[in-house]
Amino acid sequence: MIDKRFDTVRSTVADIPDGAVVMVGGFGEAGSPIELIHALIDQGAKDLTIINNNTGNGEVGLAALIGNGQVRKMICSYPRSSHSKVFPELYRAGRIELEIVPQGTLAERIRAGGAGIPAFYTATTVDTPLAEGKEIRTIDGRDYVLEYGLKADFALIKCEQADRLGNLTYNKTARNFNPIMCTAATTTVVQARSLVEVGTLNPEHVITPNVFVDRIIEVTDPLIESRLIAEGITYP
Amino acid sequence: MNVTSTETKGWSREQMAELAARDIPDGSYVNLGIGIPELVAKFVPEGREFIYHTENGLLGMGPAPEPGQEDPELINAGKKAVTAVPGASYFHHGDSFTMIRGGHIDVCVLGAMQISQSGDLANWSTGAPDAIPAVGGAMDLVAGVKTILVISQHTTKTGAAKLVADCNYPLTGKNVVTRVYTDLAIIDITPDGFRLLKLAPGVTFEEVCEKTDAPLLPLIKD
Repeated sequence: MIDKRFDTVRSTVADIPDGAVVMVGGFGEAGSPIELIHALIDQGAKDLTIINNNTGNGEVGLAALIGNGQVRKMICSYPRSSHSKVFPELYRAGRIELEIVPQGTLAERIRAGGAGIPAFYTATTVDTPLAEGKEIRTIDGRDYVLEYGLKADFALIKCEQADRLGNLTYNKTARNFNPIMCTAATTTVVQARSLVEVGTLNPEHVITPNVFVDRIIEVTDPLIESRLIAEGITYP
Repeated sequence: MNVTSTETKGWSREQMAELAARDIPDGSYVNLGIGIPELVAKFVPEGREFIYHTENGLLGMGPAPEPGQEDPELINAGKKAVTAVPGASYFHHGDSFTMIRGGHIDVCVLGAMQISQSGDLANWSTGAPDAIPAVGGAMDLVAGVKTILVISQHTTKTGAAKLVADCNYPLTGKNVVTRVYTDLAIIDITPDGFRLLKLAPGVTFEEVCEKTDAPLLPLIKD
């Protein structure tokens, strides 16, 4: 019988090794798998490469993982926000690497990685500093930049509903990068707000088909990042 | 000295947004950048319907919710709480940027640091050595959206021209801007460079020329 459910959050991330490439879902706090990130902080893996649109807020979730010195490199589109101070300080001190990728190119690199497409051409970044050193191809009279697909060892994902097979639904704009990251990692770990019986989810409404999911843990009442920050809470 | 005319000289942020909204055709799919461009949604002309796209995965974005009704999982690209209108849809980032990069969004309204006379846009980085680069979706938007409108103050806070012959800040995209709405004027980007389309109240052509760091072609009178 296929059963991807785990008993504890801790056990879902226990085997993430030092040096792993980890995709972390979310756009700001929406869709950020904060319990999985905190478990990764407790676990202590180092020299990680993290792929996320941002670099976290306050001193919880992704920002806390970075602040804990576990991240060697960030691949993201927008490493600034009004509540982001951990990453900027480390970056200015030369203690963390940054690969800046336009948001659409980041999404497409992840999508391509998950779809077995090693590289693609895009008009985004043509004639800008972000295209420097990259191959340019002219197709039908327009210039395009070569970009490579992205894959990861692990993806940490937050969803709304999951069944034991790994079919997933999401909530509003908390979907964002989560479904494409599910496709691009060797091991996809999901925290679900609720676990439902197989057959409950309407097949027409499943967003992530279960083939893309490996591990599921139910977190019924996840922490809300902005609330933690407003209350001055830090992690660990 | 006519005090009233001094007070009404130029356009406010809201007026710039309203002028841009008037130029967006009925039925357009529109993406609004963060800042003044967000105000465009308040000035949809009577009888027109726009559908707003936000790149974090919502087509059919509505206004901010009532205080206390904010949902941390329903936000816009600026990470502010928004609502979804009837007929809205949610989707993942791959689909969202398929809409942008695949040419399915009609109009994008953005802010700017500099705009060149050939329509180059710089709006993501000053290129300063200690600046943390942060591009977000700006390069995807200018590469993929059919019409790029810019709303911006005509000069910087220190009075430097933002409309220039060539941008010296790092580019977001080359030859992408169609029209610029400033506090002083509406200016088109044409194959011949900047051309005045409309002057703000109390502003002269000479004044706009003086504050523009490139040749400005006069209004075409018909």
